[in-house]
Amino acid sequence: MAKILVVTSGKGGVGKTTTTAALGAALAQAGKSVAVVDFDVGLRNLDLVMGAERRVVYDLINVVNGDAKLSQALIRDKRLDKLHLLPASQTRDKDALTDEGVARVMNELREKFDWVICDSPAGIERGATLAMRHADVAVVVTNPEVSSVRDSDRIIGLLDSKTLKAEAGETMEKHLILTRYDPARADRGDMLKIDDVLEILSIPLLAIIPESMEVLRASNVGCPVTLNNPLCAPARAYTDAVRRLNGDAVPMSVPTDKKSFLDKFFTRRAA
Amino acid sequence: MTDTSPPRRPVQLRGRAFKSLVLAPESPLPDWFADLDEALKRTPTLFDGRALILDVAALEPAPSDLDGLLAELGSRRIRILGIEGTTLSLPGPGRPPLLVQGRPLSTIEIPVQPEPEAPKAPPEPATTSLTIEGSVRSGQSIVHPTGDVTVMGSVSSGAEILAGGSIHVYGALRGRAIAGAARNPRARICCRKFEPELLGIDRLVRTAEEMGNHLRGKPVQIWLDGGAIKFASLD
Repeated sequence: MAKILVVTSGKGGVGKTTTTAALGAALAQAGKSVAVVDFDVGLRNLDLVMGAERRVVYDLINVVNGDAKLSQALIRDKRLDKLHLLPASQTRDKDALTDEGVARVMNELREKFDWVICDSPAGIERGATLAMRHADVAVVVTNPEVSSVRDSDRIIGLLDSKTLKAEAGETMEKHLILTRYDPARADRGDMLKIDDVLEILSIPLLAIIPESMEVLRASNVGCPVTLNNPLCAPARAYTDAVRRLNGDAVPMSVPTDKKSFLDKFFTRRAA
Repeated sequence: MTDTSPPRRPVQLRGRAFKSLVLAPESPLPDWFADLDEALKRTPTLFDGRALILDVAALEPAPSDLDGLLAELGSRRIRILGIEGTTLSLPGPGRPPLLVQGRPLSTIEIPVQPEPEAPKAPPEPATTSLTIEGSVRSGQSIVHPTGDVTVMGSVSSGAEILAGGSIHVYGALRGRAIAGAARNPRARICCRKFEPELLGIDRLVRTAEEMGNHLRGKPVQIWLDGGAIKFASLD
């Protein structure tokens, strides 16, 4: 039986899709069978970040509507054979998702994989609520700035009220991944401090992903960051996150990339 | 020296009629006494302070019976003012005087003292309080117009609490809190960390900007004083 994990945030552009791809790849690298599911119907991106955009035939809507079988729609990753993608439809919108259809697909995925990772769309509407509905675990992705934190707070409220787990009276396991964290800017007070974010959201911290060019670089080549350059700072942060998800006690740190003296010099000048 | 005092008038006797209660025992006496006891149980003060006449016409008792009857009544702390309806010539010592020429009035209803009300279940209090374990998240709205709201956690930015009574927040108050929504000017808002977006008590509302920053982050209570919202640190 799989654990269903939803990656959600409320706000757009904070790194949900990057996180979904990175966690999925890191879990597959750790030997688990994984399906990543794009719920962002109409604005799909996960196929791009995973580098599978040229292999999409059927999508989530086709499976939900019964036009295709799940096995026909799942795309196996070329680099990691335990990693699979269920892409979203780009030509439809979120209203095409039906409650029963999604429930059926999730149950089918649950039987086949160790982990099912749902990439939630931004917002709090149908796509987002359906993505979180069947989840056992939630990863809330937040940037250290006030609007992202407030939107995440809203999402945590929905996780605690609108999911199947919450409706059954159970508590949803929730984790926070703080993305685009820049220690230098946080020190200067240009960014919310980690403690402030944790105090407002009051859910356990799973990882701090440092701001890094490596993330953009990996997206551009269509490869999860943990796969593209496993030794870069964000990749190590995501790998630690996966170890913590699997129950390992890994001390929390903000991984940094070693910079040469000249790099540092130029970064200061540019900032 | 002449006697100027007026001649003393002889002792005058005057007749006067009063209303009194007449107690008329009927045979069989034990049954009648049982009924009397029942009436006394319902209204223990039935004969207190009243002039009572004993009408024995229906009984035609022998003198010894009359003494027994009076003793029975005495044991119930019923004192008889006079006896009517007997032809027994001389009242014995301690026996009430005989009365004659009584004119009947209508029967007097025995007043029934209202039964002491059975202890009812305590009435449902008009106000109830609502306690929220944990936090109120952004976008959540707690509306509780009938009483106080207590939040054990925080009220996040973008969340709102509307209470008929007071609002207590044991974490940080970062959202909106409107107390006394049931037109209750005595409602208060108390919080451990004061960072609200908007506060209101009894239709008076203040935004964060109007409140200033001097109490930010402190434990604060907010109340209404003569139509003005007041803030004070709880420290």
